[in-house]
Amino acid sequence: MEHTDIFEIGGKRLSSRLFTGTGKYGNDELIAPVCEASGSEVITVALRRVDLDGKTDNVMKHIPTHMTLLPNTSGARNADEAVRIARLARAMGCGDWIKIEVISDNRYLLPDGYETAKATETLAREGFVVLPYMNPDLYVARSLADAGAAAIMPLGAPIGTNRGLRTEEMIRILIEEMELPIIVDAGIGAPSQACRAMEMGAAACLVNTAIATAADPVLMGRAFGRAVTAGREAWLAGPGAVATLAQASSPLTGFLDRTEGAS
Amino acid sequence: MSFLPEALRLGQTPLHLETVSGDDVRRAVDLPRVDASAFAALLSPAADEHLESMAARAHALTLSHFGRTVSLFTPLYVSNHCANHCRYCGFAAPNSIPRSQLSLDEVRAEGEAIAATGLRHLLLLTGEAPRKAGVAYLEACVQVLRPLFPSISVEVYPMETADYARLTRAGVDGLTVFQETYDPVLYAELHPAGPKRDYAFRLNTPQRGAEAGMRVVNIGALLGLTDWRQEIYAVGLHAAWLQKRYPGVDIAVSLPRMRPHAGAFQPACIVSDRELVQAMTALRIFLPRLSITISTREAPSFRDNILPLGVTRMSAGVSTAVGGHAKPAKTGQFEISDPRSVAEIEAMLRSRGYQAVFKDWEPIEASA
Repeated sequence: MEHTDIFEIGGKRLSSRLFTGTGKYGNDELIAPVCEASGSEVITVALRRVDLDGKTDNVMKHIPTHMTLLPNTSGARNADEAVRIARLARAMGCGDWIKIEVISDNRYLLPDGYETAKATETLAREGFVVLPYMNPDLYVARSLADAGAAAIMPLGAPIGTNRGLRTEEMIRILIEEMELPIIVDAGIGAPSQACRAMEMGAAACLVNTAIATAADPVLMGRAFGRAVTAGREAWLAGPGAVATLAQASSPLTGFLDRTEGAS
Repeated sequence: MSFLPEALRLGQTPLHLETVSGDDVRRAVDLPRVDASAFAALLSPAADEHLESMAARAHALTLSHFGRTVSLFTPLYVSNHCANHCRYCGFAAPNSIPRSQLSLDEVRAEGEAIAATGLRHLLLLTGEAPRKAGVAYLEACVQVLRPLFPSISVEVYPMETADYARLTRAGVDGLTVFQETYDPVLYAELHPAGPKRDYAFRLNTPQRGAEAGMRVVNIGALLGLTDWRQEIYAVGLHAAWLQKRYPGVDIAVSLPRMRPHAGAFQPACIVSDRELVQAMTALRIFLPRLSITISTREAPSFRDNILPLGVTRMSAGVSTAVGGHAKPAKTGQFEISDPRSVAEIEAMLRSRGYQAVFKDWEPIEASA
């Protein structure tokens, strides 16, 4: 039986659960073919990089029109700055979706949960579809949900590191405990890792560095698209339980059942 | 807290890098987190034989953290008056060169000429003469340039925190200040007169800028004044100290080698291309998130080839003369080696699979 697996978020219905990015490409002209090859329908763009008035190449013109724009607040160091960037993005015609990034530590680029929650609350009240980037912490996740987030974006590893799902246990807890969609963002370095996140029950994955810095970004984008689909289908298929000991198909205690049946 | 005690210790304590072995270097290249002693190993003469593996690691780290992008900027010299007597600098007070300072109309003309090339990041430079080019003048320059450039940095005389705060309120988001040399004894010899003689005040300048709200703080040593290994070690430790103390500030390093200039001073040591590559790759492995600038002091072919090894910023379309963008062919601070236009640099980056980033920042206050 074929699944009709649509991911609905912020009033939009998405058939792909892979979100992509626009940063770090050696050539922005790769963005469109990556979107096509990966099947991605949502793309994040750092508003600080957008120069609509400049005579130089503008990243926005490389984003296919069917994509849902997810402007991010990269560069914001507190809630106030994130809110201003979000409002600016909306004023520029980038839509109502916003990925909150509040980072004031340039070494590991870890997000500030408290400031992120404050920005989320303000922007959700203003009608934004807020997707906050966060450390996978259950209490922060709950405060983000209370603040009106549309989804939660925990990191798998620090941004740009390609180190994979280092926070797997914490993400698993979020998936189990939260009702909001969990979109794993940052750190995913290989399609197998994205697949693993989806097998765990993540709603989607956002991948930028691993695609943009690959030797062949278009081929890598396709690989990620397929991996996310494969992981999602595995989750939907309901994987068998994991056991510690081997369970023989002819169990050692099978005779007990036969004895009872014979009596 | 200040980096001064550490700098004084570093400046007067030889590193004895000749004791480092090839095994020490091999271990340092592969460490997940490089400490100061491993950083020193990467700067040692023994590391020369391992340059290729250092380059590979530096390339991978740069790709991971910055992607295939290089931010472009250009300097705008608005004044070359100077009160200092630096023995190695073309702008030094005793040098008889034509002195000038741009009017605000001339600043606007320069800015428009630069903006027409597509650049959106600007480095505003002066000589070190606060009585001529004071804070109020710089503030006025920034107000003229702000509509053209979302990001403006300054490379001027060291200021007090309150003056830097005044400039950040005007829209300046970056500060560049070079210590020139971290060796305090040599520093005193090279700066015989003028306010720049104050080693400690200069050393604490990046810190004052960070405290005043600068988003980017760029430091460096002028390579050629003394042993480059010792200097890069001090630069790296200073950058690490600043990163740790000001986690929200983007700490950057420049690697300027001495260039011919209007004066008789000759470099005390020649830093070869190979050694500059070693310095850059060691810095990248030590501090993976460090922004690294390579200026037009370097020759085109060298700039092109060093690109993947750690470079994140390049100057382009440079004139080091006051008013040199709108009216070329004036006397500059030093001779540049890469005269290519912004368009030519962009084309070079593109041909090598890199993207030139013209705009990477906009102050939120100014636009929201």
